[in-house]
Amino acid sequence: MPHAKLPRKSTHIDMTAMCDVAFLLLTFFMLATKFKPDEPVVVETPKSISDIVLPDRNIMLITLDPQGRIFFAIDDTIIDGHPARKSLIDSVNVHKRLQITDVEEKAFEIGPSIGIPFNQLKSFLSASQADQKIMVENAPGIPVDTAVDNPNNELAEWIRSARNVNPKLRICIKADKGTSYPNVHKIIRTLEGLKIYRFNLITSLEGLPQAYFDAHPEEKSGKK
Amino acid sequence: MAEMDTSSSGGHKKGPGVKKGKKLSTRIDLTPMVDLGFLLITFFMYTTTMAKPKTMEINMPYKDPNMKIEELNKVKESAAITVLLSKKDRVYYYEGIGSDPNKAPDIKVTYFTDKKGIRDVLIAKKKMVNDMKRAGTLGPKDETTVLIKPDSTSNYKDLVNMLDEMNINDIRVYAIVDITELEQDWIKQTEAANPGN
Repeated sequence: MPHAKLPRKSTHIDMTAMCDVAFLLLTFFMLATKFKPDEPVVVETPKSISDIVLPDRNIMLITLDPQGRIFFAIDDTIIDGHPARKSLIDSVNVHKRLQITDVEEKAFEIGPSIGIPFNQLKSFLSASQADQKIMVENAPGIPVDTAVDNPNNELAEWIRSARNVNPKLRICIKADKGTSYPNVHKIIRTLEGLKIYRFNLITSLEGLPQAYFDAHPEEKSGKK
Repeated sequence: MAEMDTSSSGGHKKGPGVKKGKKLSTRIDLTPMVDLGFLLITFFMYTTTMAKPKTMEINMPYKDPNMKIEELNKVKESAAITVLLSKKDRVYYYEGIGSDPNKAPDIKVTYFTDKKGIRDVLIAKKKMVNDMKRAGTLGPKDETTVLIKPDSTSNYKDLVNMLDEMNINDIRVYAIVDITELEQDWIKQTEAANPGN
């Protein structure tokens, strides 16, 4: 069968358009996203309809992983000319007589969330960053108890010290959705014991169901 | 090192033996650049987060260590509903606050489903309270009250879901309360009565 001779075309494709698209997307992702914060453990937060954005400053973060381990961190806002984290470790050091050196304090200042008891804190802070990562993975979590006066309730001690350093701290609990309730209960009890009745639970966003607009007629159902 | 080729210099004469500069195409192969672009996109997609975390603010009831249990029970029985969170995302609920230990309330079970779940129960309860307010059985200041009592087998997700339902259904008065042993027994009894699920 005779077939028409097609003119041979070059296999080269003009990549300019594709290049444009790639860099457009790149620019979008660079501007629209922010880097994942350094998390001690992977925590999947439950979803809620709440859309209050978590502020960047004056945050106390209590992370609770699925096994019930507690990690504690505050952000490094400057309070009265001193970085909050440095003041915190200073105050903990004095209170608990941990004999932490200046170098180890520096390690705390730039380091991750703390998830170990006070008696291991010194050795944790003197370890190298790579070792710290391994130690965080095997960390037992900060000891906590339902009774705030229990001397083993170290979380209470951390919260107390942190609030002395920065009274404006907003307390946020970031718990995994699979964490069993008694673990959460201990934290809530500790907070109540410290006369903190208002705190935040970190969640990820979920769409509003129709029932919401039925219950809140002043809000337009168009806003989704 | 970058060096200028000066060997064929000497004016612009084009005589025989002088090589003619090859005319290069101005087209550049952009494939590597595209590769690089997509590589960076992939990197940014993996290392960044799109959504800022959201928070839910809760207020716990003020607790005075000297406060007596009886004072907590000031809640109007008919305006209240108690929700017990249990394992496997199960939600047990009953009307009232279970103040009479001798008489077990009628405990029903439901789930966090969109249809016929706990939400419908709360909507019905709200409607009932509003009707009772209109009829005068309840005072104008009484509000639908939900007591949330998670048991030790429930998980955090259930609690957040339940608090979320409070926001969704515009229930202003609610509290997270410790579960009593009696209520745990009631859950067990309900479970025993319905071995199917």
